[in-house]
Amino acid sequence: MIYLKYSLFHTTGKDTIIFVTKEDHAAPSTAELVEEDPNDPFEERGLILPNGEINWNCPCLGGMASGPCGTEFKDAFSCFHYSKEEVKGSDCLEQFRSMQECMQRYPELYPQEDEKSPSETPKDSESTDALDENSTSASDQDSDTKQANTES
Amino acid sequence: MEASHCYDDPQIRHLNHPQPAESVGSTPASLKLPSHAPYLLLGGGTASFAAARSIRARDPGAKVLIVTDEPDLPYMRPPLSKELWFSDDPSVTETLRFKQWNGKERSIYFQPPSFYINPEELDSVENGGVAVLTGKKVVHMDVRGNKVKLDDDTEISYDKCLIATGGVPRNLQVIERAGEEVMKRTTLFRKIEDFRSLDKVSRNVKSITIIGGGFLGSELACALGRRSTESDLEVIQMFPEKGNMGKVLPEYLSNWTTEKVKKEGVKVLSEALVKSVTYKDDKLEIHLKDGRLVKTDHIVTAVGLEPNVDLAKSGGLEVDSDFGGYRVNAELQARSNIWVAGDAACFYDIRLGRRRVEHHDHAVVSGRLAGENMTGANKPYWHQSMFWSDLGPDVGYEAIGIVDSSLPTVGVFAKATAKDTPKAATEESGTGIRSESETEDTATSAVASVTPAPVVENKDDYGKGVIFYLRDKVVVGIILWNVFNRMPVARKIIKDGEEHADLNEVAKLFNIHED
Repeated sequence: MIYLKYSLFHTTGKDTIIFVTKEDHAAPSTAELVEEDPNDPFEERGLILPNGEINWNCPCLGGMASGPCGTEFKDAFSCFHYSKEEVKGSDCLEQFRSMQECMQRYPELYPQEDEKSPSETPKDSESTDALDENSTSASDQDSDTKQANTES
Repeated sequence: MEASHCYDDPQIRHLNHPQPAESVGSTPASLKLPSHAPYLLLGGGTASFAAARSIRARDPGAKVLIVTDEPDLPYMRPPLSKELWFSDDPSVTETLRFKQWNGKERSIYFQPPSFYINPEELDSVENGGVAVLTGKKVVHMDVRGNKVKLDDDTEISYDKCLIATGGVPRNLQVIERAGEEVMKRTTLFRKIEDFRSLDKVSRNVKSITIIGGGFLGSELACALGRRSTESDLEVIQMFPEKGNMGKVLPEYLSNWTTEKVKKEGVKVLSEALVKSVTYKDDKLEIHLKDGRLVKTDHIVTAVGLEPNVDLAKSGGLEVDSDFGGYRVNAELQARSNIWVAGDAACFYDIRLGRRRVEHHDHAVVSGRLAGENMTGANKPYWHQSMFWSDLGPDVGYEAIGIVDSSLPTVGVFAKATAKDTPKAATEESGTGIRSESETEDTATSAVASVTPAPVVENKDDYGKGVIFYLRDKVVVGIILWNVFNRMPVARKIIKDGEEHADLNEVAKLFNIHED
């Protein structure tokens, strides 16, 4: 089998059009990208900041930290994050109970699911509030286009 | 935490319904509108909501008051010209729910009413919250006194204020001068009420003409065009440019897109300048400058947005004469304690220069940033926002940066297969891609460098690819044409701001031949 490659180059004045086959793009790119600075203060961050703190403004959290139960959520999640117990978060039962109680008062915002583990960030409930489902998320780890759910 | 019975009282949760000004008088004497809001957000759209969320995330217990002249809680705009039109649900104009790409349904409202607290409760609520005051317009801003005045003469003072008042749709002068009968058959499309009324109109008339060839006009034309296949609705779209998205896409792509729009059932009239509009024999007559006459029943104008700078005078705020909108710095600040975000903000982008952006994601990004800076962050606009458009099942693209068709462009395309459409991108497909070029017998064997070859006029060839927009040899804008999930790469290239000698090499980073 002979694989023949061709490239097509055409220009209409200021607009250049190039057609490429899979083979044309097979060799690795020689384009150079600038090295990323992991501590760039301007960059948007994911869930955990470079200094180890929680980024409450992470799009991945949806509206969890900002809604009516935002305070309870932050207390519970902070406790879990910094928990040094063998079973992580086992010293945070009080905070999680407060959070649950609060969320039960807003079933519209926090649909009750069974077995919701504290380390999960919400994906599909109303609390994601779609702010980022059709937009960009903070970091490359977060899904980024209109077609994907926000994922942590 | 004290359990406040107010939260659970369904009678107080009426925020979703229009509140005429008179309703203020019916508020019990013990509950009054706040005279002070630590965080006051003017405008109830996407930027405002994003800022509110950002503020609440960063300032525990923050009390945020949103003031909007609309009757609705904050909602997202893109579905008004896209998904809502494709809904099978006959009650969609009521529910305003739509199916997302992943099949899940959601409302255009960012949050249901239960998310918000009542403005009257803002002062007393222990952990703060977001309150929305609907149906109120801010008419005066006193910067020295850190307060605003509403159209009912109420004054609200603030610590930090965000202006996110967006804008109003522009109209054509010829329509404004055309009289009552024409005006009442014209829709300036932007809000929920416009969607509702246009939906109704589209079921009751024979012919609709959209004036404007940009994003909004083209999306509405395609949405209505689809509807025209089920009824005998005639859908016409007219604009001065040569093709759809003529100000954004290079000419060859604009032409290609126009053909696709026509396939959606739209009668496209390009290079059309409206000279006058009259109402005659129960029809609207649109007279074009080149002599063409179009008779129609209803007009939708989608000719741009006039950014709202109502508070510039009283607030002593600078307005940008090039781009319109309030002039702010890279941190989105206009003056002490005042920030601006969204459509109304003309800001300094440290990578791309001063600009004003009218897209949903920019409203999200700038709103979030303003909220961060209102809570002490001092970050400049840095995370580049993106935008997208779908024109029917075959044409979908995502874009980032400055995509102005007057700039030189370099487009790198692969031959599209059925997999490479917005529709297909979300469906699981097990079939492998077989590019025809792999098996075609062509005499030329190619090298990595580009070889001039006879031009092939093949209408299908712009199936998928990436288009670079250049300014002084630096890529300032990128369109991902029917290529999805690659935005991080595009964002990186813009951020780097490097001169690349061979853009084909840069294009390789996108793996356009893969899914």
